[in-house]
Amino acid sequence: MPKTHISTQINGDSYEFLCNTQQTLLDVLRQELDLKGSKEGCATGDCGACSVMMDDRLVCACLVLGAEADGKKIETVEGLSSGSSLDPLQQKFIDLAALQCGICTPGVLVAARALLEKNKSPSEEEVRFWLAGNLCRCTGYDKIVRAVLEVAAEARNA
Amino acid sequence: MNDMTQTNLERALKIVGSRPARPDGVDKVTGRALFGADKSLPNMLVGRVLRSPYAHAKIISIDTSKAEKLEGVKAIITSADFEDFPSEFVPNGEMVVNMKDITRNVMAREKVLYVGHTLAAVAATDEDVAEKALALIDVKYDVLPHVLEVEDAEKSDAPLLHDDMITIGVEPMPTSASNVAKRVEFGLGDVEKGFSEADLIVEREFTTQQVHQGYIEPHACLASVSEDGQAELWCTTQGPFVVRNFCSKLLGFNAAQIRVTASEIGGGFGGKTVVYLEPLALALSRKSCRPVKMEMNRAEVFTSSGPTSGAKIWVKIGVKNNGKITAGDCVLKYQAGAFQGAPVGPGAMCAFAPYDLKNVRAVGFDIVVNRPKVAAYRAPGGPISEYGVESVIDEIAMKIGMDPIDLRLKNAAKEGTVAPYGPKLGPIGMIETLEAAKSHPHYSAPLGANQARGVASGFWFNIGGETSSSITINEDGTVGLTLGTPDIGGSRASMAMMASEELGVPMELIKPIIGDTNSLGFNFLTGGSRATFSTGTTVVESTREAIEELKKRAALLWEVSLDQVEWVDGHARLISGNEPKTMSLAQIAKQAGKTGGPIMANCSMNVTGAGPSLGTHIVDVEVDEETGQVSIVRYTAIQDAGKAIHPAYVEGQMQGGAVQGIGWALNEEYIYNDKGELENTGFLDYRIPVCSDVPMIDTVIVEVPNPNHPYGVRGVGETPIIPPLAAISNAVSRATNKRFDELPLSPPKVLAKLMHG
Repeated sequence: MPKTHISTQINGDSYEFLCNTQQTLLDVLRQELDLKGSKEGCATGDCGACSVMMDDRLVCACLVLGAEADGKKIETVEGLSSGSSLDPLQQKFIDLAALQCGICTPGVLVAARALLEKNKSPSEEEVRFWLAGNLCRCTGYDKIVRAVLEVAAEARNA
Repeated sequence: MNDMTQTNLERALKIVGSRPARPDGVDKVTGRALFGADKSLPNMLVGRVLRSPYAHAKIISIDTSKAEKLEGVKAIITSADFEDFPSEFVPNGEMVVNMKDITRNVMAREKVLYVGHTLAAVAATDEDVAEKALALIDVKYDVLPHVLEVEDAEKSDAPLLHDDMITIGVEPMPTSASNVAKRVEFGLGDVEKGFSEADLIVEREFTTQQVHQGYIEPHACLASVSEDGQAELWCTTQGPFVVRNFCSKLLGFNAAQIRVTASEIGGGFGGKTVVYLEPLALALSRKSCRPVKMEMNRAEVFTSSGPTSGAKIWVKIGVKNNGKITAGDCVLKYQAGAFQGAPVGPGAMCAFAPYDLKNVRAVGFDIVVNRPKVAAYRAPGGPISEYGVESVIDEIAMKIGMDPIDLRLKNAAKEGTVAPYGPKLGPIGMIETLEAAKSHPHYSAPLGANQARGVASGFWFNIGGETSSSITINEDGTVGLTLGTPDIGGSRASMAMMASEELGVPMELIKPIIGDTNSLGFNFLTGGSRATFSTGTTVVESTREAIEELKKRAALLWEVSLDQVEWVDGHARLISGNEPKTMSLAQIAKQAGKTGGPIMANCSMNVTGAGPSLGTHIVDVEVDEETGQVSIVRYTAIQDAGKAIHPAYVEGQMQGGAVQGIGWALNEEYIYNDKGELENTGFLDYRIPVCSDVPMIDTVIVEVPNPNHPYGVRGVGETPIIPPLAAISNAVSRATNKRFDELPLSPPKVLAKLMHG
């Protein structure tokens, strides 16, 4: 089957790739572009480990086709930090031990960053419902929620 | 070691007990960390598995000839590619496995025993070709009746999974085969006499459903076997050495031929302690002489890895009006899945272990059914049996009008108690966790409408086992640690902290890595809450050996005898002499070449003396009487950690375990149809708790030091999943004035009980 030629922007850089029409954006990121930070936990949109931004909208990369990325702007966990400085969320997750095994962490961070872009002062309940699509089996979510709330508070006070 | 412990417990600690950043933190928040599915090799093939569509069937034939002819197919394997083994039990963490069963679970031989059982595997140039090849494999079956529940499986006319399985542990030995693999019994005293002394006896039957560990990372591996038979295996596992030993045995490699490197591991909880894909990928790679990558999808994880048992249990407890328990008795029937090995032994051992009972008995049955073979799941067996006991304790507390914590305090096990499974307990924190619970503000906070509070305790043994780690002092004064237990939740940090505390150098100068199977002696897996305890012990011992060597080098440089040198705060110090003389670790390391060469030490030992960890949880629930929905309103987890090396990660274990327990109590269950097919093979229908389902999980760490660890560590990972089941069930029972005896407490079940009693 002939492959489709796609031009897209990922984490601010231009990318071109060929993909099969049935290939998901997650498969393209991981297999074709070697961006392994987005994880596959279910491939059905239930776990959120593959959360990425597409044109400023939070999506599960496993529910988007690679071909749909054409002309779009994609942001993944690899784009969160800039140079040697981590995103405040990344630093706070380390400081508060908001990760254990770390497999859900990339998706949680991308989703949490999306929340804070939309809502500068989310309540605990808003954080919990926003992150309800990101499964974490290790932490019980406590430290994740605290980290997001603290980053939001620090950004407001900055 | 006791002297050392005293020294550590008495001296002021600088690093241990603080909350530094974990060494692998940046890798894990940037997406840099490589997990099981994240590695690739040039010329790599993709492996896929053909799985049984039937719950129970005889395999008449498997014809792979059409699939072999498909372009792009490079290797196909079936049971013909695996050697058979006689029945032989091998210890594996807290579980025991049998080689005859493992080889049949990895690749079905005479029969398929559950939907999802592996029949064949294919390696091809891409996944489309591999999937097409699977469809071309022609399997002829003779479909047999199946059985899913223990109460059906133990009947004399039940379909037999293994026609040669004679129940072990029954006198006289049965003469015919059954689905009951074994009977175990533990106990003390005279149970009947104890019941005759009771003022009140409560007995009740309970049901729990099969649940899955639910790690977010599916099983994945990458195997590469070269033409001369040398094998490299990258995989997500709790125990690379255990994987090496299973795979070498199953495939006829010797141990030195297979180098296993553990990837970062995306959750395990006991589920990544045995092998599934790993021997298949190695066999396919050996046949094709190309690297083979295999990944399970989520449905395969549910149908074909190792969840834990569903069970039927019966509990009877007798008590005096003053709350003193006179006898406890229970019978536990656990699903083993398709092959024997349910965690009913540990379940029976710990059922009554939080209590000091003179008359106690626990009987367990390990029963095979046409479900996937169970694997370890966080305190394997404990949550199930203790759910039953802790529920009856609560019912008794209500019936005699006693506070449930006071009732537990009245009967609490303590140092010197003879445990129901035999040994006399060392120092343990049951009383301390109960007292912390009672004085916690949560316990006396007011409750809202339709709300009630539940309490339950939990006991878990924890284990030690074979462990090996090493330390190197680099020329610039930095330090390397090589560890053999994969870091599943921050253990690199704990190990570096203990080494830092011993050496007196900043933790940032210490680099811990997880070694592969060629870099250290055998290490048992990360499991049984043993990593911080066992690997921590070897890290402390090897660090102390390195300090001795550093002192020797300083003595050489100063031309004094060794007894003139002591180690203080990262420096050698001359004890005598007119003026104080010190030399830093870095100064000694720099001159290592002229004082005898590189400085390193290792410690390999069978670590013993793990300390049981007790926990007590308090939960407030709200029951919606219209829908049967149970909400968790407030939750507090209290646990004896012995010593929390990194308290944030100890809290994390307590919080994560509590929420897994909440899932077990409220939502999670394997749902089968009448064909024996699992109907909820995804996270949408097998609903683990999501962020909006739970409140903050408050924690209180109690520290009753384990005298057998240099810093008093007990291990904390498993205990916190035990109390939630009963604590929540007790709270729901108190909220509704109806005694619940079935999990999960999902809305339909709660509603049915509210409507029909």
